[in-house]
Amino acid sequence: MEAPAGGARELAPVSTATAPALPDIFRVRIASGGVLGFVRRHPAIATGVVLLAIVVLAAILAPLLWTVDPTALAPARRARPPSAVNWFGTDMLGRDIYSRVVYGARVSLIVGFSVAILSVLFGLAIGLVAGFVRPLESLIMRVMDGMMSIPPILLAITLMALTRGSVGNVILSITIAEIPRVSRLVRSVVLAIRERPYVEAAITSGTSVPMTIWRHILPNTLGPLTVQATHICASAMIIEAALSFIGAGTPPTTPSWGNIMAEGRALWQVKPFIILFPALFLSATVLAVNLVGDGLRDWLDPRAAKRV
Amino acid sequence: MPMPLLGYLIRRIAATIPVMVVVALFVFSLLYIAPGDPASIIAGDQASPAEIERIRQSLGLDRPFLIRFAEWSWQILHADLGTSIFSGLPVSSLIAQRLEPTFSLMGLTIVIAVTVAVPVGVVAAWRAGTMIDRAIMLFAVFGFSVPVFVVGYGLAYLFAVRLEWFPVQGYSPIAGGFREWLKGISLPALTLSFSYIALIARVTRATMLEVLNQDFIRTARAKGLGEGAVLFTHALKNAAVPIVTVIGLGIALLIGGAVVTESVFSIPGLGRLTVDAILQRDYPVLQAVVLLFSFIFVLVNLAVDLVYILVDPRVRL
Repeated sequence: MEAPAGGARELAPVSTATAPALPDIFRVRIASGGVLGFVRRHPAIATGVVLLAIVVLAAILAPLLWTVDPTALAPARRARPPSAVNWFGTDMLGRDIYSRVVYGARVSLIVGFSVAILSVLFGLAIGLVAGFVRPLESLIMRVMDGMMSIPPILLAITLMALTRGSVGNVILSITIAEIPRVSRLVRSVVLAIRERPYVEAAITSGTSVPMTIWRHILPNTLGPLTVQATHICASAMIIEAALSFIGAGTPPTTPSWGNIMAEGRALWQVKPFIILFPALFLSATVLAVNLVGDGLRDWLDPRAAKRV
Repeated sequence: MPMPLLGYLIRRIAATIPVMVVVALFVFSLLYIAPGDPASIIAGDQASPAEIERIRQSLGLDRPFLIRFAEWSWQILHADLGTSIFSGLPVSSLIAQRLEPTFSLMGLTIVIAVTVAVPVGVVAAWRAGTMIDRAIMLFAVFGFSVPVFVVGYGLAYLFAVRLEWFPVQGYSPIAGGFREWLKGISLPALTLSFSYIALIARVTRATMLEVLNQDFIRTARAKGLGEGAVLFTHALKNAAVPIVTVIGLGIALLIGGAVVTESVFSIPGLGRLTVDAILQRDYPVLQAVVLLFSFIFVLVNLAVDLVYILVDPRVRL
């Protein structure tokens, strides 16, 4: 019997009242055609994964990729255009932009992935509580509604104003801004699944709440949460860059794509290359994450593929 | 007006109150729950103890939380948004000066985005699966992925620096002539509309795909109606609710984007005020701006809801 991947779209037979097998959604359709077949059927995921793999490798192997110290100043060679020595040119303090861009990948990836994981974990916990503890439900959801009416960048900016600029604080600020969306999603899944006959049967026959969550709720949230996590990852990377760009993000000493662009702002009309390279890398990385996310959504829920 | 409708309207309007209370409470309590001493962070590293103490008192951090919150809410309800730590001016007058550029920017962005995105989304749904559809959806993914400041610098470099069609930066008030205003605000609005277009086009396409599969569309075609009429009068009308909803929800995206866009184009609006406030750690200004933007967001979405109660008879039932 095919497991209801993602949105759980078929009712389980009422009479048997058994839970469907745990959906191993990540294995179901890879089987035929090997890697090439997968690439042909899901070009978006494949493109995204390859792009993302390149950026991840570059971030990990940064010291080996012909980079120099990204913070090394060379006042004599300020704002030089790209050349054989400085592939992407140098910034206003003479630092090598190529090295800064490659090291900058680390900040973007760390922020993107950490925010995605943390906001999913916290959002999941809050959503489960809201879905199962009736007395708290309306309170929690009102608080989430309120937080959701604060635009995420603005919320992150406000949080950053009260802390000192560091990668950790940036991650924390963006995570807080993203939690409400996750918890809403989780709660809506809980409400939908809890009404299913097999879940009602499980609860009636004495299954404990933690077991119900583990067996029935979590498998059904896994698909939508994975998709949501990729989109949060993409949006966190954009927000981090925007925060750093306006001067409220990572400290200026850390090479991050937003910082490099912030430093290039004063000269952008005459030296556009300072902004160009971090902009390209940032856009390509976010694009890669979004492609993976869209691809995953279509893959996990083929009906949605036709819709969106 | 029938009674159930009136009752619904009142309940819907009343429902915005707890949301605004949560926003206010959240923004306010951040000062108290922030790690470390917010007064010394706001004062900066070189501040003297006396200066930190002055900021602590002006923020009311030396008094109990609930009393301070009550006082502060009372002031807000009387349109007193507090005093800027940096300039000493009332926050409400700082905001009043900045409203026009931001509203111009956001207004024109919405106009551009809706006029472009809706037809584009309809065409994508109509030609679903073809190269046109794929191209439009590919554009939409790019629209989500390329950050607004990257779009801004790209457009500014091409159209302002190279082609010199538009001014590179700055804002000319609408009182100084409509043409000049439009010329100055066009590029920023185009920049800001990029991701908004992607969002609306995607939702338009998705909703239209569902509507186009329904029986009444087949009937409309069978009775010999032209494709244009089928798509834009019959189908689009029935797809309106989700599209209008996403336009309303997208305001959040727009507000965040405006903050960054105003920095790129040096527009003296609310976004610029926000950025200056954070660089100077002027928390009262930030608080007020966040409250105002959230209030706008809540109001717009309230308006959206009310519009479809009045327009769509099905919602009334």
